[in-house]
Amino acid sequence: MRLEGQGLLDRSRRIGFSYDGRRYLGFSGDTLASALLANDIKVVGRSFKYHRPRGVFSAGSEEPNALVTLGHGPGQEPNARATMVELAEGLEAYSQNCWPNVDFDVMSVNDLFAPFLGAGFYYKTFMWPKAFWERIYEPVIRRAAGLGALSPEAARQKYDKAYTFCDLLVVGAGPAGLMAALSAAEAGADVILAEEDTRVGGRLNAEREEVEDQSGSAWVQKIFKRLCEMPNVRAMTRTAVVGAYDQGTYGALERMAPEVAARSGAPKATFWRIVARRSILAAGALERPIAFQNNDRPGIMMAGALRAYVNRWRVCPGQRVAVFANSDAGHRTVADLQAAGVHVAALIDVRPEAECTLGIPFYPGAQVSNTEGRRALEAITIKQDGDVEKIQADCLAMSGGWNPSLHLSCHMGGRPVWDERIVAFVPADGTIPGMTVAGAAKGVFSTAGCLQSGVEAAQAVLDDLGIKRAKVSLPKAEDGSYEITPLWSVPGKGRAWLDFQNDVTVKDVTQAATENFRSVEHMKRYTTQGMAPDQGKNSNIAALAVLADSTGQGIPETGTTTYRPPFIPVPIAALGAGGQGKGFAPERFTTSHDRTIALGAPMIEAGLWYRPSYFPQVGETHWRQSCDREVRMVRDAVGVCDVSTLGKIDVQGPDAGAFLDFVYTGMMSTLKEGRVKYGLMLREDGHVMDDGTCARLGPDHFLVTTTTAAAGQVMRHLDFVQQAFCAKMAVRFVSVSEQWAQFAVAGPKSRTLLEDMLGQKLDDTTWPFMACGHVSIGDVPARLFRISFSGELAYELAVPARYGAALFDALLSRAEALEGGPYGMEALNVMRIEKGFITHAEIHGRVTALDIGMQGMMSRKKDFIGKTMAARPGLVDEAREQMVGLKPIGTVKQLISGAHLFNPDAEAQSENDQGYITSVGFSPELGHMIGLGFLKNGRARLGEQVRMVEHLNGISTLCEVVDPVQFDAKGGRMRG
Amino acid sequence: MRITCPICGERDRREFYYSGHAMALDRPTEDAGSDAWDDYLHNRDNTCGEMQDLWYHEMGCGAWVVVTRNTATHEVIATKLAEEAAS
Repeated sequence: MRLEGQGLLDRSRRIGFSYDGRRYLGFSGDTLASALLANDIKVVGRSFKYHRPRGVFSAGSEEPNALVTLGHGPGQEPNARATMVELAEGLEAYSQNCWPNVDFDVMSVNDLFAPFLGAGFYYKTFMWPKAFWERIYEPVIRRAAGLGALSPEAARQKYDKAYTFCDLLVVGAGPAGLMAALSAAEAGADVILAEEDTRVGGRLNAEREEVEDQSGSAWVQKIFKRLCEMPNVRAMTRTAVVGAYDQGTYGALERMAPEVAARSGAPKATFWRIVARRSILAAGALERPIAFQNNDRPGIMMAGALRAYVNRWRVCPGQRVAVFANSDAGHRTVADLQAAGVHVAALIDVRPEAECTLGIPFYPGAQVSNTEGRRALEAITIKQDGDVEKIQADCLAMSGGWNPSLHLSCHMGGRPVWDERIVAFVPADGTIPGMTVAGAAKGVFSTAGCLQSGVEAAQAVLDDLGIKRAKVSLPKAEDGSYEITPLWSVPGKGRAWLDFQNDVTVKDVTQAATENFRSVEHMKRYTTQGMAPDQGKNSNIAALAVLADSTGQGIPETGTTTYRPPFIPVPIAALGAGGQGKGFAPERFTTSHDRTIALGAPMIEAGLWYRPSYFPQVGETHWRQSCDREVRMVRDAVGVCDVSTLGKIDVQGPDAGAFLDFVYTGMMSTLKEGRVKYGLMLREDGHVMDDGTCARLGPDHFLVTTTTAAAGQVMRHLDFVQQAFCAKMAVRFVSVSEQWAQFAVAGPKSRTLLEDMLGQKLDDTTWPFMACGHVSIGDVPARLFRISFSGELAYELAVPARYGAALFDALLSRAEALEGGPYGMEALNVMRIEKGFITHAEIHGRVTALDIGMQGMMSRKKDFIGKTMAARPGLVDEAREQMVGLKPIGTVKQLISGAHLFNPDAEAQSENDQGYITSVGFSPELGHMIGLGFLKNGRARLGEQVRMVEHLNGISTLCEVVDPVQFDAKGGRMRG
Repeated sequence: MRITCPICGERDRREFYYSGHAMALDRPTEDAGSDAWDDYLHNRDNTCGEMQDLWYHEMGCGAWVVVTRNTATHEVIATKLAEEAAS
C-alpha cells in the first residue's frame, strides 16, 4: 500500500514493470521490492527446502526471501534481490523456485514432510545403497535443489572490469562514510567513496531524523553535492566493495544504472580492482531477526526495513502493524508508523522495564510466540507473564538488535571480538593493514556518534599519510543510547527460523549440537546455515548464539564462522570480463596472414599464433592431397614458408659468447662470424628445455632462435641465468620475434630464386651450409641464413616486419615461376619427420640429450646449465627410452602418435611397455607412414620389430625400428 | 597482491611470474656433489612466516626480483633485484 507524502520518490515519473507476466506501476526511485509492496504483492518467493511462501524481509543486499529472476532468455539473471533492483521501464521480473506459480507451489508438500527433512537429512538418507547415489539420488536432488536458473544459452550482455587507485577508499556512504570522505577530501586526499545503494546516505535516507536542523536526507544531499564538486573525490554509487585483499587491494562490483546499461555496448556491471593506500570501513550494521515459531510468514519483516519502506519509499506492507523488539527500535518504528498514519496494532517490547508514551497497545516484558496466516500474516500470539493473547495483524516488524557489518575486516583471516555492551561482534583492530573501521560497523549506533567516528577515522588516516588535516565542523545530530536485552529465540515447540534462505530452524541447530556437531564450523556445514546466497548475513549471529546456548559455551567462546569474500554475490561473468572468446586467447598474426587467408589456407593455432596447415589448390578435396603435393614441390622445386613465429632473441655485448656458452650445451663463443650453429638448452635438472639456432652476426652480436612454443620460457630463462649468475658479464639481450619477418625458402631451386632476387651469388663457397649474413633486397636491409628444417637446400630470409607482407608476395611469385609455391605446417612436419628433426613433440620435458642422440653436443670444456644433473646415473642409463624412427611393415600401415610400443608377442599392457610414438606423417617420397618415437634402449634395436598398439581405436601395427633419419641419410641435399 | 619492483615501483602481482624460493640463486659449483645439487634442485622448506622467493617481472621490465614476504600474512617486507642479491 502506497502512503501519502514525498519520501525519496519522484512521483512525477511513473514506471511500468511486470512481475510474473502481469503489468504494474511504480515510481522513479522505487526498488522492485518497494514497488511490489506498493502493489500489495505479499508472496514474492518460495523458501529453498520447504517451499514456504515468503515475502520481502529487508530493504538491502542481505535480502533472504525476495529473490527473483530478471528478464528471460539468454540474458536472464537469476537470484536478483528485489530489494536491490532499481525499477526501470519495461523491467520483467519472475518468481522462482516454485511451480506452477509462487502462490500455489506443488513442492510446498515438502513443508508437510518437514519432520523428516531436518539437519543432516541428506547425510543420513542417501547413504545406501551406494550404487543409488550417482544414478538416482544425485540427479533427483540436483533437480529439486537450487533457486533460480540460468539460461542454457550464452548470455549476450557485456560485463566489464576496471582498475583504479586512490589515497583513501571509503566503504559505505552513511553518516560515518560521508563525514570520513568529506574530512579526507577537504584535506586534499584522493578519495573514492563507494556506496552499494543507488543513493548515498545510508540509514539517514530511512529514518525521520534531523542533522544540522534539516532532514537527514536533505543534509546528505548537501554533503554529497559538495563531494561531487571536488576534483579529488570519486563518488561511486551502486558499488559494493566485496572483498579486501593483500596490499590494499579491494574488489568492488558496480551495477550500472538501468538507463546506462541500456546503452549500446554498455556493460551491465563492472568489476573494479581498487588499490587504496588506506581504507575506512563504514559499512553500517545489519539488523538481526528474532527466532520464534512461524516467524517466516509473508508480512513479517525487519523493523529497520519497514521504517525504510515507510519513510523513503512511502510504502507500508500492512494496514494493522505489530512491532516486536528488544531495544528502543520498536518505539522508533511505532512513532514513524504513526507519523505516516499507519494503524499500529501492538508494540511488544522484550524489556520488562520499558515504558511507552505512544498511545498504542503496549506489551512490556513480552514476546511474540507464534503467528498465523496461510499466504500472508493474519495474526500473532503474544506471551506476557504466562498470559497468551492473540491479536490480528497483517504486518509484523521485528528487531533483535544490530550486528556491525564487519565482514570486510575479516577477509584476511581476522576474527571479530565480542562486545557485551551492544551484544554483538565488533571488528578487531588491525585485521586488514591500512583499514580503519568507523561508525556502526564499529559498533557506534547513534547518528552523532557515527558522524564523529567518520571524522576521527579520516583524521587518523590523514595523519598516517602525512596529509595536513583540514577543519571540518561536526554537524548536530541525534545522540541516543542503545539499550538492548539480548533475545535470540523465543522458547517454543514449533519451527522457528534462523536462516530464512536455507530453511534452517532453531531445532536444526540444537539437533546439530546434540549430535555433537558443536564447533560452529561443523554446525554450519551440517545444517547448511549461512551457506545460501546471503551467506548468513541475517542468521549467523543468532545461530551461533543458539549453538552457544545448546553447548553451554558462551558466544565469544563459540566464535563465528569464517567471513570470506565476496560480500555479495558477484557474477562470474563480471570477474572474467574480457576473458571470453578471443579475449581469453588473443590472436597473433604473422605478416603473411592476409595473403595466406586469401589463398584459402586453413589455419591452425600455435600458441597464440596462427599458421597455415596447407594451401589447397583447385581439385584437391583432402588435406593429404595438398600436403603430399607440397612435400613433393619442396623436394623437387622450391617452397616458401613463414617461420616468423619462432622466437628470436638478439644478444649483444663483449661477453655475449661467454653467456651463450653457459646457457647452451655446445660452445658458441668459438663460432665464427657469419656462421650458424644448432644449439640445445637444458633445464638445470639435466633435461632438454629447447632447441634452436644461434647465428653470429658480428663480433659481439648473436641472434638466437627458439621454438615457437618455448619463446617466452626461453626468454625468462635467459633473463634468470643472466641476472642470477652472470650479472657481471657485459651482455644484453632483447626479444625481436615480432620485429623481424622470416621466411624459409627451401628446395633445389631455392638458390636460383634467391640469387635472382638478391642479385648475388649464393653458392657453397660464398654461402655454405650454416652460413649467415647481411644482404639487401633493393634498399631493404635483410638477413640471410642457410639453414634447413626440411632437409633440402634451404635458406631463411628475414626482413624488418613492416616489409614482411611484401616479401612474402614477392617470394611466392618467384617461387611460382619456378614451379614452386607456399607450403604449410603439414608438409613442414612430414619433411622434418623424414629427416628425424625434433620438435616439442619429442623434447616434451622428460627427455635428455642422450635420449635424442645429441649427447655429442654436450661440451666437456665448460660448465653450462644442466650439465651436472644431466650426468646423473638415471639420466645416462642406456636402457632409457631413446629416439628411433618407425616404419610399418605388416598389413596394417597406420601409425598414430601417442600410441605405445610393445614387443611383437607381448601382451599390450603397461608392464610390457617399451615406449611410445611422438610424431607421425605420411611420406610421399617413401610411400608409407613414418614415425618418430621413444623406445627402451632403442638405438641398439635398429632392425628389430615392435608392435604399436593404440587402445582407443583398437589399432595394432607391426613396425620396424629404423634410424630417425629416414630420408637422405647422408644429408647431401641439404649440405650441397 | 602488490609487489614493488625495484625498477618499476609497486605493481599488481599479475605482472609477475612466480618461481619459488630464492635459494635458486645459490647455484652449487659443478663438483659440489650430488647432495648439494639435490638440495639445490629439489628440497625446499614449507615455510610458514618470512621467506624469500623469486618473482619475474615478465609483464614489465624483465627483472628477477627477490621478494621477502610473510607466507602467513602475505605481507611484503622487502624487495631487491636478484642481480644485486646474487652478486
